[in-house]
Amino acid sequence: MFVINCPYCGEREQSEFKAGGEAHIVRPKQPTELSDDQWAEYLFMRKNIKGIQFERWVHTHGCRKWFNVIRDTSNDVIKAVYKMGEKPPTK
Amino acid sequence: MTKNLRVKTSKFIDETYKISFKFNGTTYYGYKGDTLASALLANDIHLVGRSFKYHRPRGIMTAGSEEPNAIIQLHSNSSRTEPNVRATEIEIYEGLEASSQNCWPSVNFDLGGVNNFLSPLLPAGFYYKTFMWPASFWEKYEYFIRKSAGLGKSPTEPDPDIYEHRYIHCDVLVVGAGISGIMAAKTAAKNGFKTLLVDEKSYLGGSTIYQDSEQFKINNQILNSWLEKEINEIKKFENLEVKTRTSVAAFHGYNFLLARENLTDHLSIDQRTNKTRQRLLKIRAKKVITATGALERPLIFDNNDRPGILLSSAIEKYANLFGVACGEKNVLFTNNDSAYETAISLYQKGINIEAIIDNREEIDSKLIKEAEKNNIKIYKGFTVVNTFGYKRINKISIMQLSKDGQKVVGSKISIACDCLGISGGWTPAVHLFTQSGGKLKFRDEDQVFIPNIYPSDQISIGSCNGDFTLDEIISSVPNKLKEFLNVKKTDYENLEIYSAFNKSKRNIWLLPSDKVIGKTKSFVDYQNDATAKDIKLALREGFRSIEHVKRYTTTGMGTDQGKLGNMHALGIISETAGSKMGELGTTTFRPPYTPLTFGTIVGRNVGEYFDIFRKTPIHDWHVKNKAEFENVGQWKRAWYYPKDGENMHEAVQRESKAARDSAGILDASTLGKIDIQGTDASEFLNRVYTNSWSKLAIGKCRYGLMLNEDGMVYDDGVTTRLGENHYIMTTTTGGAANVLGKLEDYLQTEWPELDVYLTSVTDHYATVSVCGPNSKKIVSQVIPELDFSDESFPHMSFKNAKIDKIKCRVMRISFTGEHSYEINVQANYGKSVWEKCMEAGKEFNITPYGTETMHLLRAEKGFIIVGQDTDATMTPIDLQMDWIVSKKKYDFIGKRSLYRSDTIRDDRKQLVGLLTENPEEVLEEGAQIIADIKKSPVEMLGHVTSSYYSPNLKKSIALGVVKGGKNMMGQKLIIPMENKQINVTVADPVFLDKENKRLNA
Repeated sequence: MFVINCPYCGEREQSEFKAGGEAHIVRPKQPTELSDDQWAEYLFMRKNIKGIQFERWVHTHGCRKWFNVIRDTSNDVIKAVYKMGEKPPTK
Repeated sequence: MTKNLRVKTSKFIDETYKISFKFNGTTYYGYKGDTLASALLANDIHLVGRSFKYHRPRGIMTAGSEEPNAIIQLHSNSSRTEPNVRATEIEIYEGLEASSQNCWPSVNFDLGGVNNFLSPLLPAGFYYKTFMWPASFWEKYEYFIRKSAGLGKSPTEPDPDIYEHRYIHCDVLVVGAGISGIMAAKTAAKNGFKTLLVDEKSYLGGSTIYQDSEQFKINNQILNSWLEKEINEIKKFENLEVKTRTSVAAFHGYNFLLARENLTDHLSIDQRTNKTRQRLLKIRAKKVITATGALERPLIFDNNDRPGILLSSAIEKYANLFGVACGEKNVLFTNNDSAYETAISLYQKGINIEAIIDNREEIDSKLIKEAEKNNIKIYKGFTVVNTFGYKRINKISIMQLSKDGQKVVGSKISIACDCLGISGGWTPAVHLFTQSGGKLKFRDEDQVFIPNIYPSDQISIGSCNGDFTLDEIISSVPNKLKEFLNVKKTDYENLEIYSAFNKSKRNIWLLPSDKVIGKTKSFVDYQNDATAKDIKLALREGFRSIEHVKRYTTTGMGTDQGKLGNMHALGIISETAGSKMGELGTTTFRPPYTPLTFGTIVGRNVGEYFDIFRKTPIHDWHVKNKAEFENVGQWKRAWYYPKDGENMHEAVQRESKAARDSAGILDASTLGKIDIQGTDASEFLNRVYTNSWSKLAIGKCRYGLMLNEDGMVYDDGVTTRLGENHYIMTTTTGGAANVLGKLEDYLQTEWPELDVYLTSVTDHYATVSVCGPNSKKIVSQVIPELDFSDESFPHMSFKNAKIDKIKCRVMRISFTGEHSYEINVQANYGKSVWEKCMEAGKEFNITPYGTETMHLLRAEKGFIIVGQDTDATMTPIDLQMDWIVSKKKYDFIGKRSLYRSDTIRDDRKQLVGLLTENPEEVLEEGAQIIADIKKSPVEMLGHVTSSYYSPNLKKSIALGVVKGGKNMMGQKLIIPMENKQINVTVADPVFLDKENKRLNA
């Protein structure tokens, strides 16, 4: 069980959070103009990386805020945490 | 009369405090401070159990948690009895009762002992090989195998003891309070770190605390007195918490550790009343210092498992700490200097040593000289080749080792003995380190695995890091601490060390014998009876991976997890297969390090707290009125209210009839309620529901269907517009939390520009739903001030009102198809409003109904229940609810998916009504639906999702999903059951009042 540094509340146990899958997948603004394939790409296709992964997490049992996490899935080390709408840190 | 082998007084034993205990029915005595093992040994009892497979007599082997043999059944009563307790760990208390396991009728005469003579027929993988054919016989075999397998008995009554969980956060956690751990804890505490020190023993100081020999000194003080002073000093620090009898069970990522603190197991039964027995500590440490020490290795030779054979370090501990001699004619067998420490300790206490057998030919250290000076006979370059004595060792034979150590030469020498101490060197206890994800490296010079790569902020120090000797510890630990804790100095620099120990060792994993390997029983895993022969057999049969050999031979799979023998198994594999130890890897050390009780794991979460449930504000009324309850999510919902011995069917028929004929009342408080406010609330609803919300007038209600982005129905419910920018949304009972989560997700991540705020108010309101032709009369009595005329208060509208002085919201909405009202009131007034409705409804025979009747009534109307009539594969089109999907809206969640190639297929499963040929026959929910029974394979068209007998229609009705069902109206289908076929006709899913006349009745 790891510790996540919620950008709003600070360090909390993982059990207070819920994972929300891959980050930075933007919902298309005009879904009706997309082909089936393009829509399926948005809807279903997700990466499952062994290594550095950009993820969404929500502080379910806390502030209920969504935010982004950069996590190394091979050892659960969290490299960075940043708010929704912010750009991932470059380092 | 048994002998008394207590040879000296010890300050760890309180000889003024005599304790009686029972072992296998006989009463014995020991002293406060004894473990069960030390007390038995003091009574000259070695034989305590029988081995798992061969039922060989086994004795106490160690003096710690690594014990493989002396595992006993503790307590005899059916609620507290506990199997597999290590006699070497349990402290005796007045009234202790223990017995041997895995033997029948007794440990002295065990019928299973015949297995020992059958052992040539019981090779590794015996069960796998033998009981495979014929497969149908497995059930018969299993009964006998289960009966003969397994160690110990489980309790049959609930555990009466109290357990609890505690969270601890600290800067530095030190695991193990031996010399290294004490040094670490003191350094950390002295430098201001909030420090926690834990040790599994009842005392601090590890093995150093009973090291009373002149052969080891710090600053010219004997080790134990030097360490005692250090221990006294650490007790002064307020920022240091010390926990003894606390065993770390698991070391997880991010320095999260679980430990079991034993609070009462050492007390007499009457002292335990109302006390917590064990505590599970959930420790989150910024830094972890592992100082878990090392385990002495046994030596692997023929018949190395007899009672009376112990680890040499255990014999030393029994003598030094407990003042107990393990035998009167002691022999030690070693490949390193450790056994000489034992020998000198025993000699000082006047315990007789017959001989020391040393693998090494050329040896020279101060320790050995000291032993020689005391006239102890040493056989250099010799090995034990066999031992004798069935229930207690009485003789060994030894032979000289060849130069290469591969065989024995010369003639056998016999030595009589009643105790044999063995020492094969030391294995660092790296269990916790590897559990945390740490990677080991192999050190060739003394054949040990030591920590290499640390996955978190932690270090291993002392002998668990491979620094075994006093000089190594004192030279390495202070520097490591300074670097790890980032401190300038420790109290342990420039200490003057005297150590008589020499590190030389002659490591031979499997000692040679004059017999061929097939004729020997050289145990590697004592508890699981895995021998060197078994491992070699596994390799011959083609197993190569250490993980496979482990499973095939069961080496390391007992309750002790192979703490003693795993290294030898690895060694024998690498020697036999010709591979290098370092490349072979190790098996995984899994948590817990020592077994945990179930009680500790669950803590206080037992009984009604095991799975906590939610109650509505009206719950007590339902209980009082004998409702049966149903679990819906975490909620307890009234299911039905049986009257005068009714069964569920009868009650539901009565309730359903009453609701349609006169009046029914339902507790709908569990429905999810989300308060939505903000200038963009209408736009938000437009985006999350399939239908349009822009034109909903204030004071009106609308049913909405919510989809997932994949177009599948996710939730439904009625939302009411309370004001210009204010809505209250209801969700399904089970979906409430997920719907809120999903809405928050879209608001925060996709549409942050929307001015909308969501608040869950599910628990803040109680909801009383009154339905039926007389509902208006009843509710208007409860709220006389309100105009209930259809013009002023039509179906799908809402009014604010007051009951007495209490504000409430009244919605005229219906899930039953009847004229009905829902009164929402602040939760703590829920029961009183309910009772007012009951009172007002008396003259109309108002009938409380539960979820089952609610389901029946809505099924008559063909209303779906999300999750019952839908699964994650149903679109609104599949549900024949095209009417609710807006064609005009540009977008809403899931819209694009409604015309993907897959969702527009004609042959998707679609919701239909089903009527049985025999109107009395009620279908089973979940039953399969087919068209042609003769077709092979039979094509499954769908299944029944809801099915009831309708008392209002006087026939059986059902909903189901059928492939292409939309176009099958009137078609005959078949429901195949176990012993019959039921003929059904596809029908309209709305069975009653299609014109909705009753809503305004």
